[in-house]
Amino acid sequence: MGRLILQRSILGVLTLLAASALIFIGTEILPGDLASAILQNQATPETLAKLRLDLGLDKPAIVRYFAWLLGALRGDFGHSLANGRDVLEEITPRFANTMFLAAYAAVVAVPLAVGLGLAAAIRQGGVFDRTVNVLTLMTISVPEYFLAYLLIKYVAVDLGWFPSLANVSSDTPFFDRLYYAFLPMLTLVLVIVAHMMRMTRASVLAVMASPYIEMAILKGLTKTRIVLRHALPNALAPIISVIALNLAYLIVGVVVVETVFVYPGLGQLMVDEVSKHDVPVVQACGLIFAATFIALNMLADILSILSNPRLRQPR
Amino acid sequence: MSELDTWYARLAKGAISRREFMGRAAALGASSVAISTMLESSARAAADTPTKGGVLRLGLAGGSTTDSVDVTSYNDSVMIDVAHGLFNGLVEWGQDGKPHPELAESFEPRNGAKDWVFNLRKGVKFSNGQEFTADDAVYSLNLHRGDTKSGGASSMKPVTDVKKLDKYQIQISLTAPDADLPYALTDYHILMVPENFKDWAKPVGTGAFTLEKFDPGVRIVLKKRPDYWKDGRGWLDGADVTVINDGSARLNALISGQVDAINRVDHKAVGLLSKSPKIEVVRAPGGWHTVLAMEIDKDPYTNPDIRLALKYAIDREQILKALFSGYGTLGNDHPIPRTDPYFNSELPQRPHDPEKAAFHFKKAGVSDPKIVLQASDAAFNGAVDMATLLQADAAKAGIKLEVKKEPADGFWDNVWLKGPFVESYWGGRAAATQMLSVDYAAGAPWNETHWKNEKFEKLLADARGETDEAKRKTYIWEMQAMLNEDGGAVIPAFRDWLDAHNNKVGGHTPHGGFDMDNGMILDKAWLKS
Repeated sequence: MGRLILQRSILGVLTLLAASALIFIGTEILPGDLASAILQNQATPETLAKLRLDLGLDKPAIVRYFAWLLGALRGDFGHSLANGRDVLEEITPRFANTMFLAAYAAVVAVPLAVGLGLAAAIRQGGVFDRTVNVLTLMTISVPEYFLAYLLIKYVAVDLGWFPSLANVSSDTPFFDRLYYAFLPMLTLVLVIVAHMMRMTRASVLAVMASPYIEMAILKGLTKTRIVLRHALPNALAPIISVIALNLAYLIVGVVVVETVFVYPGLGQLMVDEVSKHDVPVVQACGLIFAATFIALNMLADILSILSNPRLRQPR
Repeated sequence: MSELDTWYARLAKGAISRREFMGRAAALGASSVAISTMLESSARAAADTPTKGGVLRLGLAGGSTTDSVDVTSYNDSVMIDVAHGLFNGLVEWGQDGKPHPELAESFEPRNGAKDWVFNLRKGVKFSNGQEFTADDAVYSLNLHRGDTKSGGASSMKPVTDVKKLDKYQIQISLTAPDADLPYALTDYHILMVPENFKDWAKPVGTGAFTLEKFDPGVRIVLKKRPDYWKDGRGWLDGADVTVINDGSARLNALISGQVDAINRVDHKAVGLLSKSPKIEVVRAPGGWHTVLAMEIDKDPYTNPDIRLALKYAIDREQILKALFSGYGTLGNDHPIPRTDPYFNSELPQRPHDPEKAAFHFKKAGVSDPKIVLQASDAAFNGAVDMATLLQADAAKAGIKLEVKKEPADGFWDNVWLKGPFVESYWGGRAAATQMLSVDYAAGAPWNETHWKNEKFEKLLADARGETDEAKRKTYIWEMQAMLNEDGGAVIPAFRDWLDAHNNKVGGHTPHGGFDMDNGMILDKAWLKS
């Protein structure tokens, strides 16, 4: 199994390299460059040339890419082309914010989704099952920005319970942070709960059809005990995969929610920098996103293996 | 305080009548539109006089993680507003559209306006305690000259020399006479910092505030300086600027009371906002205008009848309504706004006239002129819609016009100044002669229509060199008429600046230059207790 993990890790690093090259190529083929993006229609040929020289944009793309890659290996992501700040310094607080919001949403959403899924499985076909199904389907079907606006309209503006601006900063105390980030968290929870809840319900029900569950029923066990002790352990693998996918989404896919709630996360930073062609920052953001995605998927793989005794034993 | 400001303050306090104010303001040369905007805002301001204290919370569009306090780097609202809290200019662009003394106590032309002498205010202290003197002014002006990437370079381009005359006096020399140099110095980049100042992370200025926290693209916090020099300004204890680039998020923040004022209100939301008793919309007609630029040395636009045909074909009223919900004014194919003291008010507004358009099109005698308009929303919000509207209008006059949609990314680099018929915008300039030179002078780098006309050049040079108001007016009026009739730019509409604030904010007045009181909101505004 150690070999398996090693294999996965090497594959992960290769994928990461490929992703970094793709991001670089993507930013290169966009028309225009940082200099013209900064100056817009205030550009004169002289100011453009001066700015390009200052930014090192006169060197060929391939040289800039490898220089960056070598730096990144040493943990030096370079400096932002636009404002000269250290990229790592710029990204770290934003990444911490993104992780905070993701963790906040995950802590609420994962137990909620799994719990709802199990409860729905236990009462399959009942009123509870149907209500939960319909409600979660509704929240996942509405585009997230619309969901966000609905929450702002009713919870922030009409009721005034929570703020619509989640502009936390590094010195915001922990409990204030929870308060400010409540609406973005709720939006994310509503978006991801349906997926995880339905997967939990479906995979538990699939296992419930196996003969050994029938045996358990014949033994006279309660439905709850059958689901929790007998069905769930065998249904874990697909649930873990779906949870990992949703966690990855919480980190890399929340640009819209960040924008609507003005939450200073990594997604917003990346969108900002893409429009300014600030390649070092975009590269670093892209790398972090890719690494997150790959790491979470690897983790899901490994956990699935661990949850399955047949895979756990070396052959 | 300028004389007009003094009268305005008296009006606000109710010390003089509206009629008296109008008379005084007109005598001081304020345009009728400027007077009416001042009257409008005075009605709002009348109920309250400024009070000290409080932290003003702004929610602003136009900020980015790439922002810096470096004065040469500004290009959008957030940094412009913050900068005018930290620094001062030599000259302030007043609400009446004229230059007023700021760090320069007075200024006068010499040598037929080829040289200008600025007398600096004495005893003004930077936030580090150092006194502001001529050396600082010379250094600050030179930041935008020569080998620089400053956005203010174009304003300083005609300057050949900046020199210190004595501790409180400097002289600026120009390539050619320019009676409007003080206007050029109201450029939002041209702000005063101490000599040899470079550490922009810890800005030192003469402004009402010091920088407390700078998180670019997210949040900027300013704190009051106890010893601000300007009378009747700098009321606030501090400012908390949150960058909110999303329009709906900005509105929500204002409505739910998390910020006190916002810029760039969506024109579609103005009607709804005005209904709220707690919120006031600040509408400022100004110089921002849309342009459809034809390069008049490229076929088929070499033909003046083709240009006239398009000018008559376009339905300006419809564009004003569709693009800006009516929050703007009609353009008359020249770049001078109604708020400008030199706006040619006798030039008839060009009507929407498909028959005349068809007539000129026929007269041009080109069977298939291949008119292709390069459009992109990078030019301005709604630019593609405007192109489509023009296409439909042109079809009504029997003119075939093709719209080519260009990618937003790289638009200014690859399309603007390159294509023969493209969309663009201009932000307006403080002085009419500035606007005309930057966009229509022969050889100007941004002359997007390739307009080159000897008579126009002479008028422009004469207007710049002339200090006699009446003569200048005839020159500038004549240039507007020339562009209107013959120029390559179709200018359908000027857009108003739309800000909004809640009823706690005072002193947030309309200004034609830029949003948020031309970036002066932190200097001017106060909070009602």
